[in-house]
This record gives sequence, structure tokens and C-alpha cells, in this order.
Amino acid sequence: MNYNWDWNVFFKSTGIGSEIYLDWFISGLGWTIAVALVAWIVALIIGSILGVMRTLPNKAAASFAAGYVELFRNVPLLVQLFVWYFLVPDYLPEQTQIWFKQELAPTTSAYISVVVCLALFTAARVCEQVRTGIQALPKGQSAAALAVGFNQAQMYRHVLLPQAFRIIIPPLTSEFLNIFKNSSVASLIGLMELLAQTKQTAEFTANMFEAFTLATIIYFVLNMSLMGLMSWVERKVRVPGMMGGAK
Amino acid sequence: MSMISIKNVSKWYGEFQVLTDCTTKVSKGEVVVVCGPSGSGKSTLIKTVNALEPFQKGEIFVDGISVGDAKTDLPKLRARIGMVFQNFELFPHLSITENLTIAQQRVLGRSLDEAMQKGMHYLDRVGLKAHAGKFPGQLSGGQQQRVAIARALAMDPIAMLFDEPTSALDPEMVNEVLDVMVELAQEGMTMMCVTHEMGFARKVANRVIFMDRGHIVEDCSKDEFFGNPDARSERAKQFLSKILQH
Ligand SMILES: Nc1ncnc2c1ncn2[C@@H]1O[C@H](COP(=O)(O)OP(=O)(O)OP(=O)(O)O)[C@@H](O)[C@H]1O
Ligand SMILES: [Mg+2]
Repeated sequence: MNYNWDWNVFFKSTGIGSEIYLDWFISGLGWTIAVALVAWIVALIIGSILGVMRTLPNKAAASFAAGYVELFRNVPLLVQLFVWYFLVPDYLPEQTQIWFKQELAPTTSAYISVVVCLALFTAARVCEQVRTGIQALPKGQSAAALAVGFNQAQMYRHVLLPQAFRIIIPPLTSEFLNIFKNSSVASLIGLMELLAQTKQTAEFTANMFEAFTLATIIYFVLNMSLMGLMSWVERKVRVPGMMGGAK
Repeated sequence: MSMISIKNVSKWYGEFQVLTDCTTKVSKGEVVVVCGPSGSGKSTLIKTVNALEPFQKGEIFVDGISVGDAKTDLPKLRARIGMVFQNFELFPHLSITENLTIAQQRVLGRSLDEAMQKGMHYLDRVGLKAHAGKFPGQLSGGQQQRVAIARALAMDPIAMLFDEPTSALDPEMVNEVLDVMVELAQEGMTMMCVTHEMGFARKVANRVIFMDRGHIVEDCSKDEFFGNPDARSERAKQFLSKILQH
């Protein structure tokens, strides 16, 4: 292949104000992080609640959570995004609809849709990890927690969840990375996150290879940093003598 | 006065009857040893006392409070009964100190100072004060079980339940745990102990209960149980001859 690589393209002016193409990537990365991080926090909270529900003796709670997981895991992510962005707003109350469709900046409404979509989708996956973590604990732990007088909430809060979360840090790490990768669906509803900015740069400059190479590098570095962050967390919460922690 | 009173308790797992019409009681300050072959329902029976296992028929009273009554505040009741498990069940993510204080604080509402003082007092009593800062996984089985006993005692229980507290231990660690239990018994703690340690039973038990297939087959004084073997049921004799060989 006789392609003439031109890495200077990123420092060329976009023709819009004093922006260079690199600025687009930086802003895209910013949106990617803003989408993924907020969605992740919401997914962790909802997923943990659902995961706990799946392990409760209460049949109604357990089957609600099970149904949720089936629904959100089995419908493709893109379909879910279109539902949240195009369909659901039509069913909102009149006032909210006007606010969402007309008063909000298009970027903001796209942002809200994609965060809701990713958060609820990922919550189903977090739920399953949390459930697995809780069920992996020896049965005697819940018996001991109850025996010292904890109520059910205290049993989860002080005994089961702190152990379950430690067990599931590795699978949660991959969900954490996934949510960053999945955030690229936002480009399909016009949110200018990293992938969208990459495509736009490729179109404007005709330097497609450079643009996608830079995007690949950014995603890679981002992933490595996230993995670093999670292994730091893992080390931080490691308990001596528990689960391979050194004595 | 009977601290624990079990009246005609029956329990089923689906079709399978685990407990059949069990009746017995433990008076204040009494030590009752429960023994019997594997699967006879010993753990199940002892766990019905603090409602870790529900039962379908009969009644259990602990200090006059009905365990099976739906209106009973179970966490409150359980906080007053200490329980020691075969596999220790310390909370592995918490330090020894935290294991000793967390329920005192969260359940009994004691201040950290008060909880620490109590916790350290009992940790000292089981001879492990030097290990306060460690985590359960850093201790031997015998040490963990002694901490588990201290954890239960720190709640100032009115009675203690033990479910085979020494059977998961290496032989050389059995005695350090039994010594603590003997001392406790001699101080007048009300105790219901599932154990096959007949030496312990001979030393401190007031009564011995023998269970078989969900029934309480024998319930008699220690002297009667060990001193008059001919009057024992066939099953109890078989069982005793088996475990006393060791
Ligand atoms: N959750 C359960 N579902 C069905 N059957 C059970 C359950 N738990 C216990 N069992 C059965 O109930 C019977 C009594 O069990 P239990 O644990 O009380 O016996 P045990 O006397 O303590 O025996 P071991 O000496 O082995 O501890 C056993 O036959 C056991 O298989
Ligand atoms: Mg048992």
C-alpha cells in the first residue's frame, strides 16, 4: 500500500474558529468519559440493588430482578438506544416532552438518552455479577450475620456485600471497560463523542487512517488507565488472608 | 426457670421430616450436650432455637419469648443468644477487633469505646489479645474459633449455642477451644452444645441429648447417660461405642 501518512493533520485548523482537529478528539474523549462514567455510577447502584433483590427470599423481588435482567440483556443495545431516544420521549407527560424535545439542547437530550440507555443495560450485567458474588459466599456467613442480631439490611451492608464486591472486582472491571466501548453508540444519535469526532475528522480531512489510528490509540490508553485504576482499587480493598491476599 | 424450652417441635424440608416432635429444655446455667449420628437433625434443632431455621409445628421459648411467633423481633432475640459455628464464620473482611465490635455497635447501639472495651476483655479471656489487629484469615482454626466465642460473649448473651465447634479443627487445636468452653460452663453460662467430644460432656454437661433421624431418643442426666449404659437405647449404644473407640 502506498499511503502517504500525514500526522500533521491533527494540528491543522478545522476552519471553525481557532480549533485544530486534535481539539475535536479531546472534546470527543471528554464526552466519551462523561457518558461512560455517569452511566457506570448509575449502573453500579441499580445493578447492586437488583443483584441483592435476586438473592432475597422474597419471590416477587427476586423475579422482578430476574425479569429485568432477561429483558435488558437480550434486547440489542442499539435497539435499546433507539427506544430511549426516539420512542420513550413520545410517552412522557406533555410538559416533560416539550422540555426534552424543544428546550434542551440536542446534545443534552442525546446525552441523557445514551446515559439512561447504557446505565440500564449495564445494570443488568452488574446485577448478575453481584448475585454471583453473593451466592459464592459460604452459607454460614449469612447465618452468622443473623445470629449476631443483624437485620437483613445490615447483613447485606456489613457482611455480604463487602465480601461479594471484593470477589467480583475482576468481572466488574470488564463491565467497566465495556461501558466505555459501548458508549460509542452515542455517535448514532448525534452525540459528538470520540468515535463521532473520529468519523467527522476522517470526512473533513480525508485522512481516514490517521484519524482511526489516533482513535485506536486513545481507546487503548483509556482502557489501560481504567484497568490500572481497577487494580489499584483491588489492591486498596484487599484483606490479608482473604481470597489470595497475602497473610 | 428454663432459659430455652423446646416443645413438640417438628420440621419438614418438603416431604422430608427433619425433626419429629422434639421436646426438651435447658435451664438457666445448665449445660446440655446434643449428640447423634450425622444427619440426625442436631444442627437443625439447635438452629431453630435462634430462628435460623423455621419450624412448622410446636413451640420454642427463649427466656419466655416465643421464637415461632411472627410478632417476635428476631434480630433482637438473636442478639441475646450467642452462636458458635462449625466453620467459625468470622467476617473475613473485618479485622479481629471489628469482628468483636461491629454487632455491639450496630445492634446493641454501644459506643465504640464501650464496644472496644468489651471486645478486648473477651479477646483477652480467650488468650488472643495480641492478635487484635489481624484479620481472620491470618489466624489458625483454633484461634478463629476462640475469637468467634469472644464475639458471641461480647454481646452479653443469656445463652450460648454451639454447633460442632471443634469438628472442623485439626486435632491439636481442639483442646484450646474446649478449654474456653469448659471455663464458660463452669462460670454458669447456659449452653446448648452439639458436639461429639464426650470428654467435654463428661466434664461439664448437666444433661446429654441423643438424637436419631429427627427424634430426641435420649434426654437424661450426664451420670445416667454415661453411668448406666445398659439402660440406653440400641441406637445410642451403637453410636457411643463407635465414638468412644477413638
Ligand atoms: N436445606 C435443606 N434441605 C433439605 N434437607 C436438608 C436441608 N438441610 C439439612 N437437610 C437434611 O436434614 C437432615 C438433618 O440435617 P442436620 O444438618 O440437622 O444434621 P446433623 O445432625 O447436624 O448432621 P451432621 O452431624 O452431619 O452435622 C439431613 O438428612 C440433611 O440432609
Ligand atoms: Mg450438623
